[in-house]
Amino acid sequence: MPAPTLEPGAPIDGDKSASFWQDAWHRLWQNKLALFGLIVVTTLSLLCFLAPVLCAHVLGFSYEEQNLALGPVSPNRTHWLGTDPLGRDLLARLLYGGRISLMLGMCATAVSLVIGVTYGAVSGFVGGKTDMVLMRMVDILYALPFTIFVVLLTVFFGQNIILLFVAIGAVQWLTMARIVRGQVMAIKQQEFIEAARALGLRRRRILFRHILPNLLGPIIVYATLTVPEVMLLEAFLSFLGLGVQAPHSSWGVLIKEGAEVMEEYPWLLTYPAAAMALTLFSLNFLGDGLRDALDVHGSKD
Amino acid sequence: MPLLTVNKLRTSFHTRAGVVRAVQDVSFEIARGETLGIVGESGSGKSVTCYSIMGLLPQPPGRIEGGQAIFDGVDLLALSHRELNKYRGLRISMIFQDPMTSLNPYLRIEQQLIEPLLIHEKMDRPAARRRAVEMLADVGITDPVHRLRMYPHEFSGGMRQRVMIAMALITKPDLLIADEPTTALDVTVQAQILDLMKKMRQELGMAILLISHDLGVVSGFCDRVMVMYAGRVMESARTPELFYETKHPYTRALQKSIPALQVKGQELYTIAGAPPDLLRPLPGCPFAPRCGYVVDYCAREEVAALEVAPAHCSACLRVQKEKMPL
Repeated sequence: MPAPTLEPGAPIDGDKSASFWQDAWHRLWQNKLALFGLIVVTTLSLLCFLAPVLCAHVLGFSYEEQNLALGPVSPNRTHWLGTDPLGRDLLARLLYGGRISLMLGMCATAVSLVIGVTYGAVSGFVGGKTDMVLMRMVDILYALPFTIFVVLLTVFFGQNIILLFVAIGAVQWLTMARIVRGQVMAIKQQEFIEAARALGLRRRRILFRHILPNLLGPIIVYATLTVPEVMLLEAFLSFLGLGVQAPHSSWGVLIKEGAEVMEEYPWLLTYPAAAMALTLFSLNFLGDGLRDALDVHGSKD
Repeated sequence: MPLLTVNKLRTSFHTRAGVVRAVQDVSFEIARGETLGIVGESGSGKSVTCYSIMGLLPQPPGRIEGGQAIFDGVDLLALSHRELNKYRGLRISMIFQDPMTSLNPYLRIEQQLIEPLLIHEKMDRPAARRRAVEMLADVGITDPVHRLRMYPHEFSGGMRQRVMIAMALITKPDLLIADEPTTALDVTVQAQILDLMKKMRQELGMAILLISHDLGVVSGFCDRVMVMYAGRVMESARTPELFYETKHPYTRALQKSIPALQVKGQELYTIAGAPPDLLRPLPGCPFAPRCGYVVDYCAREEVAALEVAPAHCSACLRVQKEKMPL
């Protein structure tokens, strides 16, 4: 076999210029745990998203269809995950519940993302007195007892579940704002920001086009951690009876109902709890993996 | 009329420990197409001078206390940030010391390179991209079309400094401020970058303000040299005169400190002592405590760079008064 010849001027790594996202994807692919998380989250989301179709055509049960004559039965060939005391199919309720749980998680995270990133970025970038005032406001909000605050919000927004979780997202942004502010302060000291200023760029452009892309890693990681946090919060509220109202279900509601009868009908607790735990684990693994994958300094290998 | 006239620039930093007078009454001129070198040791105020002109000084703690920087008839120090942005990156560009940290790691070279064109010249993307390809080829980057799509981490230090130069020169500025552009590079790459800057100077005919602490770099590159110490101008002259008819003991001491010019095997010459603490007001000549030619009035009388020979300024009191030979 002839020795490979190096032509002058030929790019050494073949003709493949790895883009940032290709690179990140490659690193994520190497991380089996994160990949597992990604697959689980995607599969679960897909199943829940397709819940109406699946329930109607595959299972043949709707989440609110009662069968009092049947009552609670353990998992069998007709009802794969069993039924609850009202004879409702658990799998159908789990899928529909997942729809609500996941959607709420995403909604609240999106809201907290938008508020937190903007607030934190402006605070860190402007600095000085503005930063001090903005951050003291965050401190004050932090000091509010969160549970009571959410319970209060529930009283106001109780009827509209989406609005409630938008409201929760609006309280969840505090940590995000702090993280982003700290990162922006660190990055605005960097020489490339000075270079951008020397090029005569406007401040807004520097902040949103030059600084924020550098924060992608921390932001995405924290977002993936916020989703399970909100889902847990929803479970907690439902557990207290403040969350989703019947006949709708969410994983939190199902766990609560299952817990009440766990000695008689354990499957009503195990399956929803397993679904919840699996999702939370997967999101955490995925978040960890994304952090490593999006770290540009990891690309030197 | 000179392209840039800096007149009695004063910049201080107001810190908790007190006021640091980083730049005191610095004046100089750069003509169109001329190359001026500013040399001095760390903390002598050369970078702060440039940052003040460019409006890049972090304020607070920095504050420009007085002076003017008249660029093409306009005082840059009196402009608002918005007005200054019409000059920065378009008519005045800057290259920074460390190419490893001066490029945004998350943006493609292309995006960083064409940004000045999109913003200042309102050029459309395809035209800007064509110009970027030309510019990259000009600064000696092979396969520019392909390289444009890459991220900074895929470039070496020397290549990144080439990209920085391309970025600074893409709008064909009248003045390029280079803040120690070769300090962070190894010697071979240093020579390449200096050659490149010479080539671009010839092609574009811009004026260059080169900041350096390397007398060798300055002597081979600049038309005129200004020596700074403790925030003041010590001496300024055309390059040959500065080196062969030195009129300030500090410049002389700097030249004697170049290791390559000293006798091998002997202890290297160094200037005894340390630069003065700029927190305290300095009566007299700031170099007096370390100067071999010091006399009693050096520590008392105020110094200012005055013309002691045609187009040759020195701040040394003894040179000014006694025509002291060095």
